[in-house]
Amino acid sequence: MKSNILPVALSAAFGLAAMTAASASTLEEVKERGTLNCGVSTGLAGFSQIDDAGDWQGFDVAVCRAVAAAVLDDPSAVQFVPTTGKTRFTALASGEIDMLARNTTWTFSRDADLKFTFIGVNYYDGQGFMVPKELGVESAKELDGATVCIQTGTTTELNLADYFRKNNMSYEPVPIETNTEARQNYLAGACDVYTTDASGLAASRSSFENPADHVILPEIISKEPLGPLVRHGDNEWEDIVRWTLNSLIIAEEKGITAANADEKKAASTAPGADTEIARLLGAEGEYGAMVGLDNEFALRAIKAVGNYGELFSQNLGEDTKIGLARGLNAQWTDGGLLYAPPFR
Amino acid sequence: MSVATYSPEEKFRLGMLWTDSRYRSTTIQIIALFIVMLLGAYLINNIITNLAALGKDFNFSFLFEPAYYDINQRLIEYNSRSPHWMAAVVGILNTLLVAVLGCILATIIGVIAGVLRLSKNFVISRLMSVYIEVVRNIPLLLQILLLYAIFIEVLPRPRASEPMLDGMVVATNRGFYIPSLVLGETGWIVVATFLASLAAIWGFRRWAHKRQEETGQITPVFLISLAIFLVPTTVVFFALGSPISLETPELKGFNYQGGIHLRNSLVALWLALSIYTGAFIAEIVRSGIQAISKGQTEAAYALGLRPNRTMNLVILPQALRVIIPPLISQFLNLTKNSSLAIAVGYMDVTGTLGGITLNQTGREMECVLLLMAFYLTVSLTISAVMNKYNASVKLKER
Repeated sequence: MKSNILPVALSAAFGLAAMTAASASTLEEVKERGTLNCGVSTGLAGFSQIDDAGDWQGFDVAVCRAVAAAVLDDPSAVQFVPTTGKTRFTALASGEIDMLARNTTWTFSRDADLKFTFIGVNYYDGQGFMVPKELGVESAKELDGATVCIQTGTTTELNLADYFRKNNMSYEPVPIETNTEARQNYLAGACDVYTTDASGLAASRSSFENPADHVILPEIISKEPLGPLVRHGDNEWEDIVRWTLNSLIIAEEKGITAANADEKKAASTAPGADTEIARLLGAEGEYGAMVGLDNEFALRAIKAVGNYGELFSQNLGEDTKIGLARGLNAQWTDGGLLYAPPFR
Repeated sequence: MSVATYSPEEKFRLGMLWTDSRYRSTTIQIIALFIVMLLGAYLINNIITNLAALGKDFNFSFLFEPAYYDINQRLIEYNSRSPHWMAAVVGILNTLLVAVLGCILATIIGVIAGVLRLSKNFVISRLMSVYIEVVRNIPLLLQILLLYAIFIEVLPRPRASEPMLDGMVVATNRGFYIPSLVLGETGWIVVATFLASLAAIWGFRRWAHKRQEETGQITPVFLISLAIFLVPTTVVFFALGSPISLETPELKGFNYQGGIHLRNSLVALWLALSIYTGAFIAEIVRSGIQAISKGQTEAAYALGLRPNRTMNLVILPQALRVIIPPLISQFLNLTKNSSLAIAVGYMDVTGTLGGITLNQTGREMECVLLLMAFYLTVSLTISAVMNKYNASVKLKER
């Protein structure tokens, strides 16, 4: 019997080599998939954590939900991907996630060399130190010789090295992967000091049994503008994420909340009303179409998660366990740094 | 029944490559090679395309940029301004340190447990069975994390710790501190004397062995060796007025200073790797010993050899032939498993080059390739050395 296996095998082999991956735009991919893949941290109170009901909650999580609401009209259509300081960039670069909202500091090399685009800043932060009160330390300058818990793969790791070097002090780094590990090591006394972004310290402290036994030292040793980021190369997607975040900030400035957004939209076309509100909420103009969405994308985002101020007070504000003041994160009209470009 | 006709003049046709058994295996091999090469080409092409799509190039110049991060355990001089390749070397040395310490301890644990498992004492042999079965069947990562958690939760904080053995050893939840040797001005003479006496012991043993082979007279090797080991070094040490001193750890500020600091991450990783691999080695040792027929033991007894001599001169030399090859693969496993170090923050090469450097520079491809090359080199080296040893103990066929 004559066999045809040889030609079949050969053509199969060539077929394999001829296979190429078609790359669609991120927006199309997300719409087709029906869910947004969003990278968050593995667990940091106030920013991203799983609540008792098994849902993701937090300040960074809300950014993901807002984008999902804007793009897919469903704030729950988000597949949250927990990432560590080490795995986050690989996850984003490889396309495993569509965007990353994980208290990530905007730096030159991450922007230019890692090929990511930071779409804005959702929290202005700085690196601080937390120590147990019983050590009696009052300033970071007294930390010579201390053992310091530090999350690897972060900018804080580099700032720490610079700070101790600049002040001619020695220290012993204990590298750890996640906030949970840091907590375990710090509370067991395996390190004297825990250093990360000041907001992260406040968040971690709030989850301790006795938060009052720990102090955050007054020194803030770095600028840490934290924001969501996307991959280089898809400008439409970049614009969508950027303007979803900006919408939340503008909404606060204009007094639009999740509860009154529909009312505000209805009232915005009345004579004498603020036309920026009309544009933002889709009552006027074709702004949504410019980024490949419909005109109500910002309205949906605001209705889904609330404006920036609501998000802040629900997740991080002074009424929560974390108890952070607005500080630098107040609107520019209140002397803060939040200043979204005009929606026009 | 028909007889197959065979005509040597049959012309070669292309189809015969497949239908004729003389050519078929060559054809299949060529096709297989071709498919493998196509797969390889596809993968390389895939890498190039995707790197280009991400706008990334492929070069190793980042290795010469400053690393900007600190490493706690460093066997060579390193600070945050050193280049990335230095950080990689620090990591490599840390990997080799834990691998070498691990292989030594795992062998000791394995040999003891393996021999004891064959013990006639019921309790001891059962205990060893329990150890082997439990440890072999729990994932190594869990054991490392468990040991580390025990160290940081159970041991006291530096301020609450109490130095033991006259202040020489301190156990804290940040690690163990042991004294270090400080060489005085003439300290090197003591060290040289010590090394010389080690050489002398080796020479003496050779001489005694030769003498026994030639004349049959047995020299009391152990006592004389012990004397050579202790006496000259001690005499020189006191004659020069104790030029070598011990530096003991002292609590200063936040931590103990002085002495040698064995970090919890190192100790936890080292013990976990040794205990885990030791269980496998125990089984290898047991199987090696059991592979030697009982007749050998009985014959040795019949010749009047005492049990320990029987073990040393008859059983073990033969058992080693069975033991060495699987032992090599255990050493390789231990070395590769040491890359779990990052779980407890031990800065091995996976933690520095494959962790922080990779993350801070975004050079995944380059870093992972370098890492793979490193582990491949180390594994092949261990393999080559152990094979050489195996060749020296294996059955000499003449």
